[in-house]
Amino acid sequence: MASERDASWIDGDADLAAINDLVVATVQSPRTRRSWLRALALTGGGVLALLVAVFAVFWWYVGIWGVDTPVYWGIAITNFVWWVGIAHAGTLISAILLLAGQPWRRAINRFAEAMTLIAIACAGMYPLLHLGRPEFFYWLLPYPNTYGYWPQFLSPLVWDFFAVATYGVTSLMFWYIGLVPDLATMRDRSTGMRARIYGVFALGWRGSARHWERHQTAYLLLAGLATALVVSVHTVVSFDFAIAQLPGWHTTVFPPYFVAGAIFSGFAMVLTLLIPVRAWLGLRALVTDRHFDLCARLMLTAGLVVAYGYAAELFFAWYSGDPHERELLASHLHGRSAPLFWTLISLNVVLPQSLWWPAARRSVGWLFVLSILINVGMWLERYFIVIGALEHGLLPTTGGAYWPTFWDWLTFVGTLGFFAFFMLLFLRFVPALAMSELRELVPDRPRGAT
Amino acid sequence: MSPLRGLLAEFSSAGEVLAAVRAARRAGYVALEVFSPFPIEGVAAALMFRTRLSRLTFIAGLLGGAAIFLFQAWVHAIDWHLDIGGRRALAAPAFIVPTFEVTILAAALVTVFAMFVRNGLPRLHHPLFAVPAFARASQDRFFLLVGAEDPRFDAAVVRTFLAGLAPLEVHDVPR
Repeated sequence: MASERDASWIDGDADLAAINDLVVATVQSPRTRRSWLRALALTGGGVLALLVAVFAVFWWYVGIWGVDTPVYWGIAITNFVWWVGIAHAGTLISAILLLAGQPWRRAINRFAEAMTLIAIACAGMYPLLHLGRPEFFYWLLPYPNTYGYWPQFLSPLVWDFFAVATYGVTSLMFWYIGLVPDLATMRDRSTGMRARIYGVFALGWRGSARHWERHQTAYLLLAGLATALVVSVHTVVSFDFAIAQLPGWHTTVFPPYFVAGAIFSGFAMVLTLLIPVRAWLGLRALVTDRHFDLCARLMLTAGLVVAYGYAAELFFAWYSGDPHERELLASHLHGRSAPLFWTLISLNVVLPQSLWWPAARRSVGWLFVLSILINVGMWLERYFIVIGALEHGLLPTTGGAYWPTFWDWLTFVGTLGFFAFFMLLFLRFVPALAMSELRELVPDRPRGAT
Repeated sequence: MSPLRGLLAEFSSAGEVLAAVRAARRAGYVALEVFSPFPIEGVAAALMFRTRLSRLTFIAGLLGGAAIFLFQAWVHAIDWHLDIGGRRALAAPAFIVPTFEVTILAAALVTVFAMFVRNGLPRLHHPLFAVPAFARASQDRFFLLVGAEDPRFDAAVVRTFLAGLAPLEVHDVPR
């Protein structure tokens, strides 16, 4: 689109070859090989930790986690909500910003989508491990069986399964069809075995006008469908809580508040990853400080909705007059859970207000620090929602305390390692920026025969 | 039958190839195809090509959603009714979440598969890949192909015609 080209998201001198060279170099150049191998070895340790933690759950079942009456949902569910939330920013950048005609998304959408996919994989593990009998996870699928039973479709667990599975499959397809033209570029710029491997995954893409027309139509349709997922997946996740009767969970503000929280934490994770990766791979020409500025604005916007969510939750706890809700509120404001509550308020509500100042949005260092603090804050928020409410209950006798065990933490550290490990593999083997989409931003001008 | 599969003119910009395809249409050629490293607006229209993929997406979503809704109703009302405190068997609002998700899943799966199938992909080998310069179709060059199946195809005439469009080069595509 002409108007998109005018936006000058690409350096005036950059031509198609320059974009190709820059992005292909991130995959083919050995400049980062040593540091990449070191990082891979380190995060590979995390993957091993995850394997051990998962094996332990299969062997001893969830009793090794800190979960016990009345706190049946430990940090496994906190981690699930946190990881699914992180995934949302990738889909928002790819789908909603595509529909909104935002050209700047083209420099970061591939990266953010990869983040989405791996975050969904991390998230998906937790509810399955948390089933108690994880080897029977496939009972959630409605398939004909000799027991003659079906999944309970009235249960939020089954809704979750449908939502996360749809999200995972759709995100994978969205990412892959966007990737096919770039895999063709990799095929055409590689030789030998690499060319063959890229060739197989490029499926024989030739870039014909008819191919492109169907491809772009499919891409746009998928963007529309994925947009519905951005707002629906975390809504369904919030139903896990809001459908229950427990004080602190049973509120109507949960769905929008969860969706905003997802986008908030997702943009924080995009910045946490993209800031070091940009420097590491030398992509400053394509991923500019303006991109970070815009991510920060979206993060601030989502953060304000999250702040509204906190306010609404507290207000309605008080306004409902329900003694259990009020007791929980008192605990949050100046009781047992107060230190946690005020920490997450400062991390998620107070500190992000700095983004109103342009200087803060342009300071890459501050954005990096802030994004990590928000990641921590949003994890604490989910911990607070899951465990804070379960520790209270409706009667004094249903009170109890929860402390994560070594295995809880090992599983969490394991998924962090798993996430970083697969992000590193992605950066090494797949063009991290959508070349075919960036090419459209280059001013079209004929060049002499070369 | 021509020993060629067609002739391929190579251009350095999207604007040039768009002008070339329009000129070729005006000259009466119909077996045309354009290859480019990114989608060019207007080329599909110049080739008189339209895709009906979106209809398929709509139908797939509709069918997928209807199927899972009816399935849930059948499971809970007929096949395996659990009476829990006399609650309604046909709890339609509770069926909405899987219905919504499967609508999207079916629409997305059918869209992607239909896109690949209609594009004739995967097809790992193609005669065009025999032209060495064609490797740049995925990078920074733009190509116009006049296919040998065109009723007006005559290699010498087409070569002259394409040369008149000021391409960087005209390549033979071997059969």
